[in-house]
Amino acid sequence: MDKILEVKDLHVDFDTYNGTVHAIRGVSFHLNAGETLAIVGESGSGKSITVRSILQLLASNATISKGEILYHGDDLLQKSEKEMNNIRGNKISMIFQDPMTSLDPTMTIGKQVAEPLLIHNNVSKKDAMKRAEEVLRLVGIPNPAARMKDYPHQFSGGQRQRIVIAIAIVDYPEILIADEPTTALDVTVQAEIIDLLRELQQKIGTAIIFITHDLGVVAGIADRVAVMYAGRFVEYGSVEDIFYNPQHPYTWGLLDSMPTLDTNEDARLNSIPGTPPNLLDPPKGDAFAPRNAYAMQIDEEQQPPFFKVSKNHFAATWLLHPDAPKVTPPAAILNRFKKFEQLGGNAK
Amino acid sequence: MADEREVIVSVKNLKQYFNIGKPNEVKAVDDVSFDIYKGETFGLVGESGSGKSTTGRSIIRLYNPTDGHIFFNGQDISKIKAHGPKMKEFRREMQMIFQDPYASLNPRMKVKDIIAEGLDVHGLVKNDQERDARVRELLDMVNLNPEHMTRYPYEFSGGQRQRIGIARALAVDPQFIIADEPISALDVSIQAQVVNLMQDIQKKQGLTYLFIAHDLSMVKYISDRIAVMYRGKIVELADSNEIYNNPLHAYTQSLLSAIPVPDPEIEKRRTRIDFDHKSPFKDDQRLQEVLPGHFLYCSNEEAATYKK
Repeated sequence: MDKILEVKDLHVDFDTYNGTVHAIRGVSFHLNAGETLAIVGESGSGKSITVRSILQLLASNATISKGEILYHGDDLLQKSEKEMNNIRGNKISMIFQDPMTSLDPTMTIGKQVAEPLLIHNNVSKKDAMKRAEEVLRLVGIPNPAARMKDYPHQFSGGQRQRIVIAIAIVDYPEILIADEPTTALDVTVQAEIIDLLRELQQKIGTAIIFITHDLGVVAGIADRVAVMYAGRFVEYGSVEDIFYNPQHPYTWGLLDSMPTLDTNEDARLNSIPGTPPNLLDPPKGDAFAPRNAYAMQIDEEQQPPFFKVSKNHFAATWLLHPDAPKVTPPAAILNRFKKFEQLGGNAK
Repeated sequence: MADEREVIVSVKNLKQYFNIGKPNEVKAVDDVSFDIYKGETFGLVGESGSGKSTTGRSIIRLYNPTDGHIFFNGQDISKIKAHGPKMKEFRREMQMIFQDPYASLNPRMKVKDIIAEGLDVHGLVKNDQERDARVRELLDMVNLNPEHMTRYPYEFSGGQRQRIGIARALAVDPQFIIADEPISALDVSIQAQVVNLMQDIQKKQGLTYLFIAHDLSMVKYISDRIAVMYRGKIVELADSNEIYNNPLHAYTQSLLSAIPVPDPEIEKRRTRIDFDHKSPFKDDQRLQEVLPGHFLYCSNEEAATYKK
């Protein structure tokens, strides 16, 4: 497969009143053409900052202190602001979480959808508006010709998110970054938006980086999944690898603390104790160790490297070291391993 | 069986309208009736704008109900005066936990003063010593360090703040707590901590909860019975397993079919059931018991087909 984007050893720091926050501490990944990569993690884990770094949409107190972001082999971090403007909203575009605040309330939606075309392409206003109408129809806005003259407040939350998606795809981007695009929406609307994104991906072949904290959503949309904790990836692999053969105790904890409709109501939920570490002063060893029931001495002292689980599946936990003692994951995870073997995989 | 249980809250034909008589009149809660039994967790689910939060806020009398009655331990509380002695008495028995742990704690008050405010209002402690002792006890109950009682809310994480909100609600030793989306703003790993805590406290203190939420898998886990709200009405009410295994209303079915499941194989096979939002209600429909303990918003003819 074609690698269209490659992030190498990204480090992002924030200067704050209290000191320097090391928000991203060495993140590497790639994106293949046409695929969906989901980045999962809790608030503060750095998933939004990772993708905002790609478009250099970071706050003014942030610095990318190290790393490369290669788009077709070209380092985006070396581009001028003018060159970046030609990439943003054109080659790589972004959808934000809150459809209520990401639209301009004083501008008709037709103009907002056409705007990227008028900025990036040498098209007439008439052609741009025609294209905007087509795209609004594509994202499922009924009667787009008439509704283009309406303002954002005249649309429901779900429709506004469709409009935000229309703006993002109007120029057929190669990469679409969706930062929690469904978190603010109701479940039925969320399901519609996810269906829409999948359908659009098939029609225009866009690769998607999808950020969310909801593992249910990930299971439905992702080809590959990366799990993030305290500014690093802790595990990544195909969606089947992560859901049926998870190896990192944090991934276990995440999968285990969500009740599913089959969860026995008499049993207690397995919660992950404690809270994420303060990245003003990141821990020396594995950042998850203080909350990890499976932590060993070495987790306190040394950051675990990525161990290879299978061809495309890697996890950063000392439990995968050949000398590590064998541990028994939580029961719900063992059930997932069983499913992995039924699907023809070889669970550890 | 259900009828022998003691009812703690009974809502009868509750209507809560806003902007009455104006062009933008909203029937947020439109003729809703249900009972909550002592010691149970009653789940109220629905999408934004369905009226679930308004129902909770009307029960605790943050609003004056437009019509209908709310009985608490057999006493009609729907008309008691907002600042009268009866309201004060009633609010000691019923407390609320709010959704946003950032907005619901006064940033300029110390944690101990936030928690003890109810104690002060109701004169439940005689002196500062007794007050501090009670605050310590409450912080301990919600697994927070009692040493932190002199800190301010900004020094705590979201999950810890929600524990402070729970401690505040427990301070006056209520019988009934309305929890309005208490975990929606929290991270997945923290949600389970708070839910476990709420269940532990319920067992210890014999509390009754009204749990309002839109996360259907969590509601099913925590609730004994569930009511589904849609456009100001309860469209279905039953035991939580019954609602999930045998949903009868088309809206409940569509809602259940949209819950994302953390399992790619199930997600691949998912078929979503669409619900027609154009004319959801007909005049001859009402909420009625169609199977034992299972209530459905439907016409008499429809009900008859289930009763056979």
